[in-house]
Amino acid sequence: MAHELRGSAAIVGAGLAGCGEAHGRMPLDILAEATHNALDDAGLKLSDVDGLFTGSSYHFMPTLSTAEYLGIKPRFSDGSMVGGSSFVAHTLNAASAIKNGLCEVALICYGSNQRTAGGKLATMSEQQIYEAPYKPRYPISSYALAAARHMHQYGTTREQMADVAVAARKWAQLNPAAFARDELTRQDVLNSRMISDPISLLDCCLVTDGGGAVIMVSSERAKDFPNKPVYLLGTGTAHWHRQITQMPDLTTTAALDSGKRAFAMAGLTKDDVDVVELYDAFTINTILFLEDLGFCAKGEGGAFVADGNIAPGGSLPVNTNGGGLSCVHPGMYGIFILIEAIQQLRGECGARQVKNPEVALVNGNGGVLSSQVTTILGTEAVL
Amino acid sequence: MPSNDASAIEQEGPDQAYRSRLKQGIFALPKCKSCNELHFFPRVVCPHCGEFELEWQTVSGKGEVYSTTTIRRKPERGGNYNVCLVTLEEGPRMMSRVEGVDSELVEIGDQVIASINNDDDEPFVVFTPNKEG
Repeated sequence: MAHELRGSAAIVGAGLAGCGEAHGRMPLDILAEATHNALDDAGLKLSDVDGLFTGSSYHFMPTLSTAEYLGIKPRFSDGSMVGGSSFVAHTLNAASAIKNGLCEVALICYGSNQRTAGGKLATMSEQQIYEAPYKPRYPISSYALAAARHMHQYGTTREQMADVAVAARKWAQLNPAAFARDELTRQDVLNSRMISDPISLLDCCLVTDGGGAVIMVSSERAKDFPNKPVYLLGTGTAHWHRQITQMPDLTTTAALDSGKRAFAMAGLTKDDVDVVELYDAFTINTILFLEDLGFCAKGEGGAFVADGNIAPGGSLPVNTNGGGLSCVHPGMYGIFILIEAIQQLRGECGARQVKNPEVALVNGNGGVLSSQVTTILGTEAVL
Repeated sequence: MPSNDASAIEQEGPDQAYRSRLKQGIFALPKCKSCNELHFFPRVVCPHCGEFELEWQTVSGKGEVYSTTTIRRKPERGGNYNVCLVTLEEGPRMMSRVEGVDSELVEIGDQVIASINNDDDEPFVVFTPNKEG
């Protein structure tokens, strides 16, 4: 028996704004522009929105600040904060709220001016007091420790990690909206400045501005909108730690659980997935998540991503917008992987379009490999 | 000398109790009276079994490098330095650094021994290679 949330809600609008550099704009300006684009896409007005789902690195009470800015009075709001994975997690909460009659038109949205406001990670995260004396670079050192352990345990190489960045760049070169589109070779990544071994500058995501918004309604209503609905088939959430010292095994993330939960709700397996969008804050992420989501065995992620296998023309299309590594990464990236999956399923992606995809998998990451949220989206064909 | 019973945790709070021991040169961690597991960082509850009856146990200081990174910093700002995760002989894992050896020579699996660094106001645990280990 299918889960009651499977296919119960659908995304009918998606919008981006300010990706790259959005001069002169505050985070909520960018969020509002993305919201405007998503509403236009759905043929709705701001006054139709009665459910608000958002997160922020700038606003302590993000649903309050966002609703105030937009001039809306939502009857249901959720600002659950699991870092960059928040917006992927919001899909489950929005679908659940819609199913239970708590709201009808859900807006999931985000905006950040991280690049033009200074170019550094903006965070309201508290200091981890038992890590602070050792001066780790947050969050890079945590990912570096995971990468070093994966290399030690499974023989993963810096060359394989570099191939993740190269594959992302090749997708970005097919995406006119991507921020970094210059030619990039494995050697360029290996030669880039080392920051926290084994992670060098080009193993790290971009720092850009950007905003994104999606509109979700019940599947019954979704048929009345101008766009082909993109159905929520399953979402799974999981978190096992907050600080890297508490991660049980640095080579295995909670995507092991979130993926299983999402697939179980969707009634699908990895063989049904046509396109994959993973939160690639660092090159090691892509390797870890492909393993934990079952696309390859634990320890084989390095070999799986090598030699163009996840690049255009490879066996599995991964991070088709160019990823956080080459497309856009304004502090929290989760909304952007959702939107790329939606656009792929609608067939709107031009040169980077995957051929007739019916199922897309999105995996959001938050904290330091801490929160994992997997969402499976599909077209009407798999409903 | 701080006493090693649960009431000390209740009186001081786990963070205070941990730090007050370090100030006296004692590296001790909370141990669960129910499942006998130690944990770090210090809490009022055992994260292994969920029980609340804890006591303090002085640890051996012996550990193994679980992962390591060298943070690159310009020489004029103090140069490169080590950040690592050490798994203690008693089980818990903590962030620290290995001193007394170039960071780039620190390897996963290295045996290390704890000492208490008192350079700052708040003492903290660091490690050096354990040649006997």
